[in-house]
Amino acid sequence: MPATFGGLAREHGARHIPVMTEILRCEVAIVGGGMTGLALAAALGVDGVDTVVVDRMPADLPPSSNADPRVTAVALGSVRFLESIGAFAAMRATAAPILDIRVAEAHSPFAVHYDHRDVGDEPLGYIVENANIRDSLIARCRELPAVRLLMPQAYVDVARDPRGATVSLADGRQLRAKLLVAADGKFSRLRERFGIRTRSWAYGQTGIVATLGHELPHDGLAYETFFPDGPFAVLPMRGDRSSIVWALEDELAGAVLALPAEAFEAEVQDRIGDRLGRLSLASPVKSFPMVLKWAERFTVERAALVGDAARGIHPIAGQGWNLALRDAAALAEIVAGAHRLGLDVGSAKALARYERWRRFDALALVAITDGINRLFANDVTALRLARNLGFALVDQVPPLKQLFMRHAMGVMGDLPRRMRPAEARMRA
Amino acid sequence: MSSTSGSVDPQELAKFDVHANEWWDPRGPLAPLHAMNPARLAFIREAAEGTFGRVPPEGLPLAGQTVLDVGCGGGLLAEPLARLGGTVTGIDLVAGALHTARRHAAEEGLEIAYRLEPAEALAAAGERFDLVVASEVIEHVEEPTGFVATLGALTAPGGLLVITTLNRTPRAFVEAIVGAEYLLGWLPRGTHRWQRFVKPAELAAWLRRSGFAVDRLSGMGWNPARNDFELRRDVSVNYLLAARRLGD
Repeated sequence: MPATFGGLAREHGARHIPVMTEILRCEVAIVGGGMTGLALAAALGVDGVDTVVVDRMPADLPPSSNADPRVTAVALGSVRFLESIGAFAAMRATAAPILDIRVAEAHSPFAVHYDHRDVGDEPLGYIVENANIRDSLIARCRELPAVRLLMPQAYVDVARDPRGATVSLADGRQLRAKLLVAADGKFSRLRERFGIRTRSWAYGQTGIVATLGHELPHDGLAYETFFPDGPFAVLPMRGDRSSIVWALEDELAGAVLALPAEAFEAEVQDRIGDRLGRLSLASPVKSFPMVLKWAERFTVERAALVGDAARGIHPIAGQGWNLALRDAAALAEIVAGAHRLGLDVGSAKALARYERWRRFDALALVAITDGINRLFANDVTALRLARNLGFALVDQVPPLKQLFMRHAMGVMGDLPRRMRPAEARMRA
Repeated sequence: MSSTSGSVDPQELAKFDVHANEWWDPRGPLAPLHAMNPARLAFIREAAEGTFGRVPPEGLPLAGQTVLDVGCGGGLLAEPLARLGGTVTGIDLVAGALHTARRHAAEEGLEIAYRLEPAEALAAAGERFDLVVASEVIEHVEEPTGFVATLGALTAPGGLLVITTLNRTPRAFVEAIVGAEYLLGWLPRGTHRWQRFVKPAELAAWLRRSGFAVDRLSGMGWNPARNDFELRRDVSVNYLLAARRLGD
């Protein structure tokens, strides 16, 4: 029974002391106040959808956590989305435009060269620091009267019924929503609670991330180079700094992570070469296991999965958060459409629409990025020749290249309204 | 059954005395009313914004407005109207439906006044509302002209009246009665009587006589691809009409 009328605690004996459980009502409850959950909350708040975000982490993190070296490649479609919900202006503080992407194989004469001028006058995307994304979204959510952040606040249980979902909070209150959203990451507890199974694939690789300072400017160039032992990406950051994302076999990664700072810098310098001048570490070196994981369903009665809770992809193509934002933008569009008409935002019909909309996009990209990685993870000469030819072909056939680029920029497929160019949004 | 319910046909009411659980089941016997909700609410919202003023994306178009849902049944339309900010009163003559509506609204945390009274009684008491909605009702009443006059009296000057119903065309006969009731089984047989259907021109003429200006007229039809009703130009089967009561 949903706790609609409040809980009643009974004592044995003559006295009955009713204890009313405080119930917070909302339309959408989001569990997980990370980048994706917050972006969804802001998108809903802009359209006046009554939304509550629950996360164990406090909204205001101590400044020391800014040592987090992680950055995110925010593709053009995502930039449009963030702009339309009023959250990108604050991210510009640390956003570095990507003017050019070069994808190459080490020691190969062929390279794919993505120049933003090939597809329009906007940058291909931006590299933004995760800490800044989070802070900007929190600030935006606080400006929106329809959004409430319960951070820090843990939950002890969730229950779903045909009419809605109830989240029991650690402080004894209950949150009653028409729709419950799991935005609690790759290892989503809610997904498990919903009984949604996942399929996963461990690459046997570890991702290494760090921020580097360098002597020479990067000119807005992003590099992705495929070495025989794994892909290595250099992403331009604000100022003379770049972020590296480096995937290596687990064992090799362990050895690299154990290196003292100077030796680590020398390894990185060896891979980047001299084009950025002398390199030096500007952050701690962090690592994470590379696992591909996707949920068999994105919805159950009264609940939906978004972002990494729905699928975690190989970070190689820099699409993780862009896909997550497409989840958020699609779900927000469906929910706001129902809200606008006073309809039930978590109805079976609304959830079926979300499931259909996202399934194709998500699986297609998982397949693409996984395919790219497997192609490059194999150092067989014939394969190597084939992909060199493939690269050269992509570079010399503009329409094909544009297709790849548009996909990488996140402006392809059945886009949510807020990801389309402004003039297309008007027409829609 | 009240003796003041001049326009209401008891046989018609019996058709809506469905089981309590069935009102809110989108796949139950009232599925077509559920399926119509997005389209008719889009129409009502648009008409309300046209009459009461535009609201920003996060705003509530019925905030501060009193709303009367005539023939509210289990509250399928009254609840969304309340969520859009309206202070909603729902009236119906089927006690079971109102019982369902009251319980459902309480569980949703919505405050809606549900009353077992005929429209004529409210009009006689001089009650007035900013927005009066009679959705899929007029085709079930005995004297549609008198009913429209009552709805007119219940609408405050400057207020809005929205009526949705079926057109009296051969196509409506084929689709709404032969199709929906006999072939597809969407509606129980005998739900509608074609002779009772009102044409948009007739409705508009009655409204003008009651001091209304007809602002909007739209058709509504089933889109099999989207599995939903949608607003369309063609008014030959289902249609929606919005009229504004001119000031005194």
